[in-house]
Amino acid sequence: MSQANILRLNQASKGQFIQLTSINLEGVMRRRLLDLGFIPGAVVEVVRKSPLGDPIAFRVSQTTVALRREESSKIGGVLLSHEA
Amino acid sequence: MKREYVIALAGNPNTGKSTLFNALTGLKQHTGNWAGKTVTIAEGTYVHKKNTYRLIDLPGTYSLFSNSTDEEVARNYIVFEQPAVTLVVVDATSLERNLNLALQIIEMTPNVIICINLMDEAEKRGITINENVLTKKLGVPVVKITARSKKGFALLFDTIDRLVSNVIQGTPNVVRYQPEIEEKIAKLEPFVRTVVNDTISARWIALRLLDGDESLLQELMKRWNRGEEEILCPQTEHMVHI
Ligand SMILES: Nc1nc2c(ncn2[C@@H]2O[C@H](COP(=O)(O)OP(=O)(O)O)[C@@H](O)[C@H]2O)c(=O)[nH]1
Ligand SMILES: [Mg+2]
Repeated sequence: MSQANILRLNQASKGQFIQLTSINLEGVMRRRLLDLGFIPGAVVEVVRKSPLGDPIAFRVSQTTVALRREESSKIGGVLLSHEA
Repeated sequence: MKREYVIALAGNPNTGKSTLFNALTGLKQHTGNWAGKTVTIAEGTYVHKKNTYRLIDLPGTYSLFSNSTDEEVARNYIVFEQPAVTLVVVDATSLERNLNLALQIIEMTPNVIICINLMDEAEKRGITINENVLTKKLGVPVVKITARSKKGFALLFDTIDRLVSNVIQGTPNVVRYQPEIEEKIAKLEPFVRTVVNDTISARWIALRLLDGDESLLQELMKRWNRGEEEILCPQTEHMVHI
């Protein structure tokens, strides 16, 4: 996998699928994100991005979740060319 | 001999908990605020084979760890009130998401039945679920139902009956963590066990303490300071009506 495929969730574009590798958050927010399905290995889809890029809506584990840049910038993953 | 058992309904929002609750209790229900909190909990009863089952419709949550009032109320009920059975209602069309809560609950208590609801919806979408494989993997009974049309209720009633009368017992396959964490659990568990008796899982409390669950620690202290040791060491005998 080339470096170019590694990104943070706030850098992803609409329609892209990202397989998560890291959740660099702590405490209650980390717990909440894990409970919502943002776990390493999970594949999320960018379903909507507001004009200013914040917040971004992701499809994760059959639910749509909107994340602010504050959180999405701390979640890392690998860009997939198509759905896994 | 007639007995009364408490059954708590837990599950993610929108899994059909209230539909199941209404189907089981009919008009024999009322709602009330929970321990001064703004969370409303419905309570109702049904009778099966002469036993009375008191159903508690807990708030719908995705987790029991994130410290919202809803999650706190549901967690405290399962851990401290110790219902005879916690019925975890899950959505057949979204098992992956729903099993998160189910796994959390089987870590807390073995008295669990997983109730896979919305089977009509799943069948429409061509989803088939092998409940026997799930039962084996989880170590607790798994029953498929369609609450809306009361399908699968006979087996559900029977499974509840057999669990409360100890004909069957849950043996949850709980998550094993990395050796480092397991070592810490092993160190903490004996101390926890001297404070809470066998009816509350010492392993689970140890895990929550390791995770830094302030809210649970405060709840334990609160109950301890009030001198309500019977809450930490509750009566396991069920109420008997002759
Ligand atoms: N198709 C179908 N819909 C159901 C079933 N059970 C509940 N529902 C519907 O699912 C929605 C959520 O149900 P509800 O009981 O309010 O869920 P709760 O949030 O878990 O209490 C409602 O529109 C119900 O009519 C079922 O077995 N099949
Ligand atoms: Mg409800």
